[in-house]
Amino acid sequence: MSVATAERGSALSASASVPVCAHCALPVPPGLLEPESERQFCCEACRTVYGVIHGCGLERYYALRESLADGAGGPARSTGAGYEEFDDEAFALAFVREHEGGLLSAELFLEGVHCAACVWLVERLPRLVPGVAEARLDLGRSLVRVSWDPARVRLSEIARALDRLGYAPHPARDARAREAARREDRRFLVRIAVAGAIAGNCMLLALALYSGMVSGIEAEFRQFFRWISLGLGLLSLAWPGRVFFRGAIASLVARAPRLDLPIAIGLAAAGVVGTVNVLRGAGDVYFDALTVLVFLLLSGRWLQHRQQRSAADAVELLYSLAPAWARLVGPDGASRRVSAASLRPGDTVEVRAEETIPADGVVESGRTEIDASVLTGESRPVAVVPGDRVHAATVSLSGRVLVRVQATGAETRVGRLMAGVEDAARRRAPIVALTDRIAGWFVLVVTTLAAITFLLWVRHDPARAMESALALLIVTCPCALGLATPLAITAAVGRASRRGILVKGGAVLERLARPGVMLLDKTGTVTQGRLGVVRWEGDASALPLAAAVERDSSHPVARAIVAFAGDARAPSATDVSQALGAGVRGTVDGRLVEVGSVAFIADRPPWLDDAVARATADALSPVVVAVDGRAVALAALGDPIREDARASIESLRADGWRVRLLSGDHPEVVRAVGRSLGLDERDCIGGATPEEKLRVVERELACGAGTVVMVGDGVNDAAALARATVGVAVSGGAEASLSAADAYLRTPGLAPIVELCRGSRRTVGVIRRNLVASFAYNAVAVALCMAGLISSLLAAVLMPLSSLTVVFLSYRSRTFGGRA
Amino acid sequence: MSVIYLVLPLAIVLASLGVWAFIRAARQGQFDDLETPAARMLPDDDPPERAARS
Repeated sequence: MSVATAERGSALSASASVPVCAHCALPVPPGLLEPESERQFCCEACRTVYGVIHGCGLERYYALRESLADGAGGPARSTGAGYEEFDDEAFALAFVREHEGGLLSAELFLEGVHCAACVWLVERLPRLVPGVAEARLDLGRSLVRVSWDPARVRLSEIARALDRLGYAPHPARDARAREAARREDRRFLVRIAVAGAIAGNCMLLALALYSGMVSGIEAEFRQFFRWISLGLGLLSLAWPGRVFFRGAIASLVARAPRLDLPIAIGLAAAGVVGTVNVLRGAGDVYFDALTVLVFLLLSGRWLQHRQQRSAADAVELLYSLAPAWARLVGPDGASRRVSAASLRPGDTVEVRAEETIPADGVVESGRTEIDASVLTGESRPVAVVPGDRVHAATVSLSGRVLVRVQATGAETRVGRLMAGVEDAARRRAPIVALTDRIAGWFVLVVTTLAAITFLLWVRHDPARAMESALALLIVTCPCALGLATPLAITAAVGRASRRGILVKGGAVLERLARPGVMLLDKTGTVTQGRLGVVRWEGDASALPLAAAVERDSSHPVARAIVAFAGDARAPSATDVSQALGAGVRGTVDGRLVEVGSVAFIADRPPWLDDAVARATADALSPVVVAVDGRAVALAALGDPIREDARASIESLRADGWRVRLLSGDHPEVVRAVGRSLGLDERDCIGGATPEEKLRVVERELACGAGTVVMVGDGVNDAAALARATVGVAVSGGAEASLSAADAYLRTPGLAPIVELCRGSRRTVGVIRRNLVASFAYNAVAVALCMAGLISSLLAAVLMPLSSLTVVFLSYRSRTFGGRA
Repeated sequence: MSVIYLVLPLAIVLASLGVWAFIRAARQGQFDDLETPAARMLPDDDPPERAARS
């Protein structure tokens, strides 16, 4: 081992004695060690990336990575794909924009960017690929914006260069929406800046006025300061404060009270009182409190908006990773990559093993097994032969097939399901945030109190009656109330996303806090979503032999057995032959080993029949292993239940949720899974089509079950996800379910769902505490007003004090996973 | 006439200059990405001999 690798080994790997890859610093498998070589690589992809980086004189990347990396993950590896589809016209139309001077630009999501060294490397792209004008990376969003000269370079070459560096590029869709969001962000910032500057200046003037109250001030200056405050205050209302008035008017028009309404009432009252008092030269002016209020409320809203945006961005990044390309077979029989959008009915596409089928069509040649769980929820692969129909979004598992395209895009089964999803999302009642529900009552109570105050004082002292009533409207202006929810939600969403739970909107948390019905999809959610050995009966020593004959097969059964055997050392098999759809046989250490269906094995001892019956009863597929013609073991294959499923479901039930399984898989399989999870048979719904899933959700909603949560991962769940009170997509979910869901769990398993529900409950607890705190301050202010003791100074002290309390409570609270 | 009549409007004009500069920067997108620039300045510039080679 060389000095260089030894150094890297000690720096980056737990043990210095294992040689590590010069690019990714992972241990090098013994079979790939090259004793004479100065550098070792764990795979061909790493060697490629290393070669590219060195060839371009960019070795400094490694030094930078050593000094800057935060240990958030090793460098990504190249996939070696060709990216020809990036040059398509359909692709250019959707993703590429033209600029002055003939330059083109596009935004690409990059996999694997995580530190400053990545920024450095990616932004050296113009040096790597001649013709690239600029590459700017946005680390937070993993988004690179490249601009290039189309006369000198094509986008596919740029994509290949990025891929060779180890950052697989994906087209970033919705560039227009992103641009709009960016502009919205900027407007938000401008408003906050103006509101902040005005608030600061008003406070300075107020300070002079308040000290004038104590130590005396000449009337001339006092009036001058008040005039300037008036100007600034009205500017604050007219420019940044306009959003509240607009919101209030909208809520009046829609007859749905929103928090904007009481805020606007308070602001308007303060504006009117201040203006009148400045004009008549007497009485309190509230411009300091008013401008600070506008500033604080805008800041709170901006924080919430930003936090939710970053969660939504992360989800968007995930679904941009779904491939949208196909291998189009040309007249000469050779295939090239094109974007899926450019496919037409009648085209022939090639689909290799483990690739997603890009369109609906008929298999022309070849045979494979299709994982259609994304569409049907069925976990067992389906064998297809020429003449069979296949659908877009399903995955070819084992073989290479040619498919004649019949329908593309919105015409496919997936496309039609997606149309249903949009429809379901439209029918869903919008979630009304807690504070907005309070807002209606708040307005009512506050105006009543103001009227009472007026009536109490009007006989006593008519001049002060109006003043006290208006002062009450001003000091009860719900500043802390307006901050209570945004701050609590910002803190919770931020913490949740650090724990791999991406929440798209704050109202989701409010909804999840109250237990109701939780509908769990089976395949991929409760189970692992792929074939695995659930039980091994019989001789355990036959397992390495079976794994040996199955090692080189890409059949799902073979892979399940190999995975189950783990790295148990096995002699390699010879003379391996496959009988399609039945089994495989080969010679290991001179013994004949056969693995296959019950019919494939001639020997049938009595214990085997029992084992087969047991497996069938549990809805598992039996696979028999025979050595030298004698059946010795039986592997029961199925979709293994996730380890944490049982415990998680129990905690959910303990929290008051009614947990039900809702799956497209065979009812028997669903019941078997439900049994092993301790669920009642009535709560296991199997054989549900996407439409039925939607109906089940609607039935639950209609019978007043309260919160109906749908948890799923497939396209077949998407409509149900969109219709449910809260839709949760789980790790590895399809693009459609990601866009339909309100929350996304990055880590597999059910434990994050429990955490999401409990975190939501704690978040709502924080919101409630915030509301109580802000109401307490308001109660004090109301009492003072009714007693006629309020002054602008008191208002100026009370308001920020209540807001600070709320800020403190929000950030000190534990919501997700304790303190971050 | 007191100097305050001159100084106070002047202070507000100065403040609005600051706000104007901020608004300009925000509208140009200088606050769109607050993470990458911090990472971008970490590596030193390329050493001269390497820059000459490429």
